[in-house]
Amino acid sequence: MIRVQNLTKYYGERLAVDDISFNVAKGEIVGLLGPNGAGKTTTMRILTGFLMPTNGNAWVADCNMVTNSLEGRQHIGYLPEAIPLYTDVTVRSYLEFAGRLRGLDKYEIKNRIDDVVELCHLEDYIDVLIGKLSRGFRQRVGVAQAIIHEPEVMILDEPTLGIDPIQVAQTRQLIKDLGEEHTILISSHILPEVSMVCDRVVIIHEGRIVAEDRIENLSTILRNSKNVRLEVQGPHEAVTIKLQQVPGVLRVQYQEPYHLVECPAEQDLRSSLMTAIVQGGWTILSMATVDMSLEDIFLELTTEEESDDEELEE
Amino acid sequence: MKNTMLIARREFRAYLTSPMAYIVACVFLVLIGALFIWYLNDIDYSDTTIAGYLDIWGNLVLMLFAAILAMRLIAEEKKLGTWELLLTAPVRDTEIVLGKFLGSLGMLVSMLALTLYFPLLLWIFGDPDTGPILTSYLGLFLLGATSLSIGLFASSVTSNQIVAAVIAGGVLAILYFIGMAGDAMGSAVGDILSYISLSSHFPAFISGIIDTRVIIYYLSVTALFLFLTIRSIETSRWS
Ligand SMILES: Nc1ncnc2c1ncn2[C@@H]1O[C@H](COP(=O)(O)OP(=O)(O)OP(=O)(O)O)[C@@H](O)[C@H]1O
Ligand SMILES: [Mg+2]
Repeated sequence: MIRVQNLTKYYGERLAVDDISFNVAKGEIVGLLGPNGAGKTTTMRILTGFLMPTNGNAWVADCNMVTNSLEGRQHIGYLPEAIPLYTDVTVRSYLEFAGRLRGLDKYEIKNRIDDVVELCHLEDYIDVLIGKLSRGFRQRVGVAQAIIHEPEVMILDEPTLGIDPIQVAQTRQLIKDLGEEHTILISSHILPEVSMVCDRVVIIHEGRIVAEDRIENLSTILRNSKNVRLEVQGPHEAVTIKLQQVPGVLRVQYQEPYHLVECPAEQDLRSSLMTAIVQGGWTILSMATVDMSLEDIFLELTTEEESDDEELEE
Repeated sequence: MKNTMLIARREFRAYLTSPMAYIVACVFLVLIGALFIWYLNDIDYSDTTIAGYLDIWGNLVLMLFAAILAMRLIAEEKKLGTWELLLTAPVRDTEIVLGKFLGSLGMLVSMLALTLYFPLLLWIFGDPDTGPILTSYLGLFLLGATSLSIGLFASSVTSNQIVAAVIAGGVLAILYFIGMAGDAMGSAVGDILSYISLSSHFPAFISGIIDTRVIIYYLSVTALFLFLTIRSIETSRWS
């Protein structure tokens, strides 16, 4: 449903997203996880057609978002990081406008407003001016406008930002419920949130993907491994197979042009890896343990969650 | 077209629900009224025209208020974050720009309509020449539309409404006064400056002449700035 291929975005000189690729299958809920400034919002803005990439491509619902963005946008419900609300209208007339903008006609809109208002628990606020709503209710209106046209794909940028723990729990439940019928990409800088809501997580840091896996695999990787990044001159499939055969290696991933080799945290396998490559008759162009280890990122992603701990237990 | 009208209607309604817009409209009417009275005091009453708010001062007031009406059109949406809603909706940039332009034009036309009581007074108390009054209103409409398109363009390059108004005011002032500079210079360059100027075409309307070239001139400048606005939005996606 969502396909991101070698996506790169420069703001002037500043590199915000650096050659990332990932997919989201139909019906999946995937979390885009990363600390502040990682490039989550930038990625989502490209996926929704708000920005064009400097390089690479993105497809949403089989529409190329660079060349065919207008059609692609019909299939997307988007909650931007800054909730896009007109403050001087009521919730009802705002949702009406949002629905019309997505091509719903008058009668469809009536029904859809009733549906989303119920889903997002906005019944008592439907005729209130948006400017008078609290942050949490604005967030709900933001979610409501994103689902009003029953999009196939939903892209939610930090949907639980700045709301109180009880509402956070409600919002997460709402996303889970929506995930039963929709394909959802959400961004977050809170690991526990992602692990509660998502099937799979893509962790990005400084514009690059540093890990991507199903939630249950991720925690074992995080605890027990570190990555060695190799750049090898040679056929990458063969190199991958060879590296996998090195004793101690947990997993090998190829992310052009690098092979990422997961090694047990307590073992230094670099010389064995070197030997294996040389035996294969290839050349090593570079080798490094990955700049920021997953553990460090993990730490950064979890420490910010402290204030949410009580709510997790609830 | 459906999307254009949807956006135009929202835009027009946004003016009607904003206290600021009422204040702006009131000040506009007071200023235009003052110009009218000032002019009536100045002339022989038998010469009943509305030229009083059509000369330079009237034009300047109209352009100023068009710039003020237009400044919020895009800048405010950027500040609110709703710009992201519009640009990620299945709506063409052209439809957004035309919708915003038409919405603000609706507001400006309403404000102009409220000045119609001046000619009405003239018709009641005198015997004015109707032709020039009608062509003058056509001129005000065209100059207003052009000014709004320039204001809309200015609003697309910033998220600060005041900055947008200052840019629009600057562009309008330059385009208006180069005509006078051009007349003073007199050379071929001077002629060109007069031709591109917003001011040099207006007197035709006051004298009751409908000159297609003049109408085409104002419509072209309007179209040019609407086009520049669309380009400016497109550029922002790629930056
Ligand atoms: N409009 C812009 N112009 C220039 N640089 C930008 C712009 N938007 C973002 N950046 C930069 O690009 C990088 C990625 O930003 P982005 O907003 O995508 O991060 P993020 O992962 O969403 O962070 P956060 O968790 O804080 O929302 C940051 O370093 C940011 O400073
Ligand atoms: Mg962000």
